[in-house]
Amino acid sequence: MKVLLSWLREFAPFEGEPVALGEAMSDLGMAVESLDVIGGGLGGIVVARVLDLRPHPDADKIQLVDVDRGDGEALQICCGAFNMAVGDLVPLATLGTVMPGGMKIERRKLRGQWSNGMLCSMRELEQGDDHAGIWILPSDLEVGAEVRRALGIEPDVLYDLEINPNRPDAMSVAGVARDLAARLRLPFAVPEPVVAEVAPPLGGLARVELVDPDLCGRFLVRVLRDVRVGTSPAWLARRLTLAGMRPINSVVDVSNYVMLELGQPNHTYDLDKVPGGHLRVRWARDGERIVTLDDVERVLGSGDGVIADGDDAAIGIAGVMGGASTEISDDTTAVLLEMAWWQPMAIARTSRRLGLRSEASMRFERGADPEVADLAARRFAQLLADSGAMLAPGVVDERGELPDRAPVRIRTHRVNAYLGTDLDVGTIGGLLTPIGFDVAPAGATGDPVSGDLDVVVPSFRPDTVTETDVIEEIARHFGYGRIGKTVPTSARAGALTDRQRERRVLRQVLLGLGLDEAMPLPLLAPEDLVRAAAPEDPVRLTNPLTAEESVLRTSLRPGLLKALAHNASHRRVGVRLFEIGKVFLAPPEGQQLPDEREYLAAIAGGADAREAVEAWTTVASALGVRDWSLVASEPEGLHPTRSARILVGGVEVGVVGEIDPAVLDAFAVPERAAWLELDLDRLLTAPHGDRRYRRISRYPSSDLDLAFELADSTPAAALRAAIVEAAGELLVGLRLFDVYRGAPLPDGVRSLAFGLRLQAADRTLTDDDVAELRQRVVRDVESALPARLRG
Amino acid sequence: MIDEIRRITDEARAGIAAASTLEELRAVDAAVFGRRSALTVLKRGLGGLGPDERRAAGLALNDAREALETELAARRRVLEAAERRARLEAERLDLTEVEPARRRGSMHLVTQTVERLEDVFVGMGFTVSEGPEVETDFYNFEALNIPASHPARGMWDTLYVELGEPESTVLRTHTSPVQIRVMQAQEPPIHTVMPGRVFRRDTADASHMPVFHQIEGLVVDRDISFADLAGTLEEFTAAYFGGSIHSRLRPSYFPFTEPSAEYDINCLFCEGTGCRTCGGTGWMELGGCGMVHPNVFRAVGYDPEEWRGFAFGFGMDRLALNRHGVDDIRELFTNDVRFLEQF
Repeated sequence: MKVLLSWLREFAPFEGEPVALGEAMSDLGMAVESLDVIGGGLGGIVVARVLDLRPHPDADKIQLVDVDRGDGEALQICCGAFNMAVGDLVPLATLGTVMPGGMKIERRKLRGQWSNGMLCSMRELEQGDDHAGIWILPSDLEVGAEVRRALGIEPDVLYDLEINPNRPDAMSVAGVARDLAARLRLPFAVPEPVVAEVAPPLGGLARVELVDPDLCGRFLVRVLRDVRVGTSPAWLARRLTLAGMRPINSVVDVSNYVMLELGQPNHTYDLDKVPGGHLRVRWARDGERIVTLDDVERVLGSGDGVIADGDDAAIGIAGVMGGASTEISDDTTAVLLEMAWWQPMAIARTSRRLGLRSEASMRFERGADPEVADLAARRFAQLLADSGAMLAPGVVDERGELPDRAPVRIRTHRVNAYLGTDLDVGTIGGLLTPIGFDVAPAGATGDPVSGDLDVVVPSFRPDTVTETDVIEEIARHFGYGRIGKTVPTSARAGALTDRQRERRVLRQVLLGLGLDEAMPLPLLAPEDLVRAAAPEDPVRLTNPLTAEESVLRTSLRPGLLKALAHNASHRRVGVRLFEIGKVFLAPPEGQQLPDEREYLAAIAGGADAREAVEAWTTVASALGVRDWSLVASEPEGLHPTRSARILVGGVEVGVVGEIDPAVLDAFAVPERAAWLELDLDRLLTAPHGDRRYRRISRYPSSDLDLAFELADSTPAAALRAAIVEAAGELLVGLRLFDVYRGAPLPDGVRSLAFGLRLQAADRTLTDDDVAELRQRVVRDVESALPARLRG
Repeated sequence: MIDEIRRITDEARAGIAAASTLEELRAVDAAVFGRRSALTVLKRGLGGLGPDERRAAGLALNDAREALETELAARRRVLEAAERRARLEAERLDLTEVEPARRRGSMHLVTQTVERLEDVFVGMGFTVSEGPEVETDFYNFEALNIPASHPARGMWDTLYVELGEPESTVLRTHTSPVQIRVMQAQEPPIHTVMPGRVFRRDTADASHMPVFHQIEGLVVDRDISFADLAGTLEEFTAAYFGGSIHSRLRPSYFPFTEPSAEYDINCLFCEGTGCRTCGGTGWMELGGCGMVHPNVFRAVGYDPEEWRGFAFGFGMDRLALNRHGVDDIRELFTNDVRFLEQF
């Protein structure tokens, strides 16, 4: 919402520093997004008339313009804009003028042609945002006059305010002024429009049938005659422009001006195009059609409101856009003026459905003031009266359903408990009354409740319905900054959960292994899942921005592979990354939400599966996971002969190995990549972290080395398990220290040499003990596995 | 005999001094004190002397022996030290030759920020709560006092997914649904923060991403006030940003809080004096907050007359960027190791 300080001053005597006023607005929740001092620098700018337009002989992006600056002479200007016509009045920066930006205007040649000044756009003169062409001035100005004087421009301040959706009242100049005046303890008043009414009365001219009162809370109509559609006075056009609206003609401009000033959107019909001045206000019929002001035919539904004529043909969409058939034209002489209050929900629905958001629909959606209609109509007539328009006596004013405005009980103790303040009833009333709230002692008419208040909320504050709503108003006008700063006193212990702590442990472990933490987006292209051989059938977005981000990931693999490829494309190979994040699988039967699982994945470019296994063993020992095993397997997307499932207590918690070379190719990753992937929802709920003390033996230990020959098809894990099983509790350490392939072993057979450390808790082991154990291990292993002690 | 002793002693001294290795010193030792050494021969010859002469010669012999032993030991120490030095010299390493096989990995900037924030809030007595990233309309909007037709729905550019009825399942647009889940799961008092990933239908540019991160706080108890909100945020601000940074609240609007406020902190660049970054105001907007709206309490079955609470929330990505002077949020999610390894 853009408001001018001069406009605000029409409602309250604001004085002082513009910046301080802006701070007061911000502190009331109308945040000042920008503050511009305008109109200070128009010296040397005069009104000039365009006499002739000629092409520049040597340039096609500029033309030659002859202007009259009041002396009747033709003055040649080179100009880069083409929007003016012969006869137009334009602002001319004369020689010697210093422009608002600091540039000095001098006589100079452009491509060989003299330019004796500069024609200016609105933005160049800091009079608005328009920079599409030269500012075409109202045609009634005196040629040669200073633009500043001709337009009555005084230095002014333009505030751009951010208005919250719960403050429809602040979407008007008067509303902003009311709030600000209350804060600054200044008197506030909306001036009564002085407007003469001229017969004949409205009675025979207009008629309204309010068919559906649940659509329309109020429908007020007045008639203006002897209207001459022309251009608006300069001061009005300038205010509209500064407020961000483009002047169109005197009737449309006044319509917009009244909306900006009082917050009442309104609509004008050419009375001669509305047979009998007869309007019917009703819900639309499904499939009903109307051509709107923008010459688009629109199909309506039963959730839209319309204004129909006496033949029940729709001539306007309620609160959103008027119809083309009754539009004001240059020939219009009689105007039917509509001031309505529409159901906010209906307007919101229609404007959203039709994609038509306007200044009017925005105000109706948030809730306009149903009681300002009459004032707004008279203000409209007053503003148009200068051009000769006459207001017909009489009003048609139909009322439908309006929001209930029962008094709200305000409990003083609750106000103070809520805010942490110590306000008394008088102070509370003193904060509410200036912003239009009607405050009375509670129960004044019957059973008085001491210290509480009954508050009637003004019609322009539809957002304020409950006690809490009113408490917010009290806080706002008391000033958030004046409320104290305390800390809740209840005793409490803050802590991370086990899961949160273990997630941190996992991160530290992987960082320690030299992996950087990556954070790929969880949104992917469906194709990414195919390339990564990840589970397909992902959760799809209904309204993705791009196909590249149209599904939720079912695996962390595509994101990390893309990251590896990105780095490789910048000549960074050997990159090691990990991520902890959610994957999204199809919802379990009967549920709406996907199966969201937290995963950890790690990838190491240029490393092989052995490094992935080392990463896993480090993770396992950091978490205290003991009962785990690796089972060779061919998971989708992983290297079929270099991957394994990880089981903890027999439950699969993840996979480890390498990425399938075909997948690497699909992502253009130029090197082998080790891969570890863990389902944390499974891993961290599997048994782990139980670190019970085992007494350290005081007796000496003995070492025993055993090498077995076994086929490649038998995993080392099986041999390890068999040795553990056979050796029993004397085995306190077991380590694979050599793997040998080659002569004299046949192909497909290798020798695995294990070192066993033996120790008893209660005695020194004898040579016989060790010999006996050796014999038992050899015998048991050879019988359990296709393995043979190496001779 | 005395002369003989002196001669032998001088000779032995010369031998000890001349020994340049421990090996040579051992040979000198044997030559001086061995069974066939001159001193031993002399000692044996003492018996053939008269009593007086024997006593004098015996004393001289002993003195000589002791003196030589001392010198021998001293020389041994010198040679041992030299040999140890030589041995260690052969092991010399140039430690500046060492090229680390691998640097420690870097934690992602967002994670660093999350952990830092969690630590501050845990220190203030908060727990940390989490919730799903895909949410139902109920948790993301409805229970937060944003019914389907609410105009404020336009405040969020929502990404929907094709689950359930049309527009009934969303990528959560804020971490606020976790508030609802926490309140449904437990009775007050509640002091919890909820960090997490959120989604908006925003095209990526230097300051926007369709995926970003928020942290949200919720406190519910019998006697919570707006002043408690202001005080808690002030305490957090000082703990996280440092004691020179203060907070302020300005009226605002959110459907799920009332009164609602913007939460500003002193500009981190100028610490409140006014600079280009803060547009000269000395303040920067951090997030939103307010007293929990009674309708939110009703949605989770809390009696708004019995319980009061406040909530606050802000984006974490910008905090991460500010701390390190990164000017483009997209850098956080490119996973370029040249970026990651800097932190």
